[in-house]
Amino acid sequence: MIPMDLNHIFTQFYAVYGSLINFIGINSLLAISLYVTLSAGQLSLGNAAFAGIGGYTAGILTMYLNVPYIVALFAAALMSGAIAMILGFPVLRLRGVFLAIATLAFGEVVRILAINLQITGGAEGLTPIPDKTQAWMIFTALALTGYFMAVLRRSRIGWSFASIREDETAAKAMGINTTWYKTLAFTIGAMIAGLAGAMSAHLNYIITPGEFGFSAAVQLLIFNIVGGTRVWYGPILGAALLTALPEILRGFGVTAGPVRMGVNGFILLMVILFLPNGLVSLFSHNKD
Amino acid sequence: MALLEIRSIIRMFGGLCALNGVDFSVEEGEIHGLIGPNGAGKTTLLNILSGMAPPSSGQVQFAGRDIHALPAYQVASLGVARTFQNIRLFPAMTCLENVIAGQHLTASRPLLPRLLQLPSAWRLDHEYEKDARSTLARVGLENRARVRAQSLSYGERRRLEIARALAARPRLLLLDEPVAGMRQGEVTQVAELIRILAGEGMTILLIEHNMSFVMTLCSRITVLNFGQVIATGTPDTVSRHPHVIEAYLGVDKSS
Repeated sequence: MIPMDLNHIFTQFYAVYGSLINFIGINSLLAISLYVTLSAGQLSLGNAAFAGIGGYTAGILTMYLNVPYIVALFAAALMSGAIAMILGFPVLRLRGVFLAIATLAFGEVVRILAINLQITGGAEGLTPIPDKTQAWMIFTALALTGYFMAVLRRSRIGWSFASIREDETAAKAMGINTTWYKTLAFTIGAMIAGLAGAMSAHLNYIITPGEFGFSAAVQLLIFNIVGGTRVWYGPILGAALLTALPEILRGFGVTAGPVRMGVNGFILLMVILFLPNGLVSLFSHNKD
Repeated sequence: MALLEIRSIIRMFGGLCALNGVDFSVEEGEIHGLIGPNGAGKTTLLNILSGMAPPSSGQVQFAGRDIHALPAYQVASLGVARTFQNIRLFPAMTCLENVIAGQHLTASRPLLPRLLQLPSAWRLDHEYEKDARSTLARVGLENRARVRAQSLSYGERRRLEIARALAARPRLLLLDEPVAGMRQGEVTQVAELIRILAGEGMTILLIEHNMSFVMTLCSRITVLNFGQVIATGTPDTVSRHPHVIEAYLGVDKSS
């Protein structure tokens, strides 16, 4: 009888919080996509746009061409990855804030294209995208991506990313082809973002140009800062906390409005001031 | 033929001529010193040799190959490693991790066995870590393996940077002021290490201002002043060369 009860509790819980849980999964995927580029020391604000490209690609494929969902997901990741690779070679010559500005501009180009093209449904967005995404798919993708990032760290690619992040000039002198590895990080990140965007589109039935603009790009960065970028589960932690925050605050009687934004900002500020390596540093045993 | 041939290298920074037709060669297995007053162009030359900056004109040949037009990572892959005057470690990594990162050219860490967590991946990791520990031991940092690079003392940082360069198993090692800021005990230790490396067949080109270190260690010395070679030869000939004395001490006009 007890398993029945548990099952019942779980179903009820999911009925209430299902969409929140799904959003946590999608946002975690998006946060990891940025984490990949950050782990190679590159600050990209283009990952939201890559999610948009993935969403539109998959949506168009399933809506107009009746392509199977799983194929559409792969196509979305490949499309975002291909565009990232083409964009990467010129853009990754820029460092730090200049790279951020260039990728931000790319995001605007994508948004304006999405508004003006016929096939993307213009300003009203693309709808109705078939409802195909289920929670287990999101969390399978998240688990696989997390695992990939966790083991990548110990591979040749992971060591190269870490070296570039720490000191790009020294990395070059050690024989690391920095241009190639930076482009690789940018491309892997874009592919994960594209996948997340495609899943999100098939979860919400709709994708609009505004969804993946500047504020979304910055939100991904905040997930990473709050969670921490030293280990792969940092961005997941940040994404989960900040996505669930409105619900948690509702429990305390705070609804939408300035207080909620304030709490959001307060958490970010506290993390930057007191936990510069993010919330993960609370759990890590490493000193300093 | 010499391992490293430097021919009429010119490097302009705008209107400033940092190197004005530098010619010399470094023989395989020798410890070659590069000295000269501040601003003589020593670090500029080292940057050109390691591919960090292209020369305005001239050629560099390493083991018979032209390398002056190659990017730094390709020069490194031919067997040239270097350290930096202003120490460029990976500060958030531990000493051991710094050396492991330095194995980029010598260690294969394929992705697929790693993704599948095959025993071979762990075995390789274990081997490379053992290598890295013995490299750390060569510079006397075996007890600091788990310490982050940013918490090391100045002399330890210089030694760790040498260890990271050694992890690439270079044929030619370029050292930019390897003992600057070190205590005498550490200086002797580094000199001993460099001698051992040369004995194993490694070629070393080093910039240093510590004259007793250079004079006792190097088999040949090249002196740069205002971007030109003013003398090349054994420590004895160089230290007696009138142009060298003039560059370092100036001339007595009254006599």
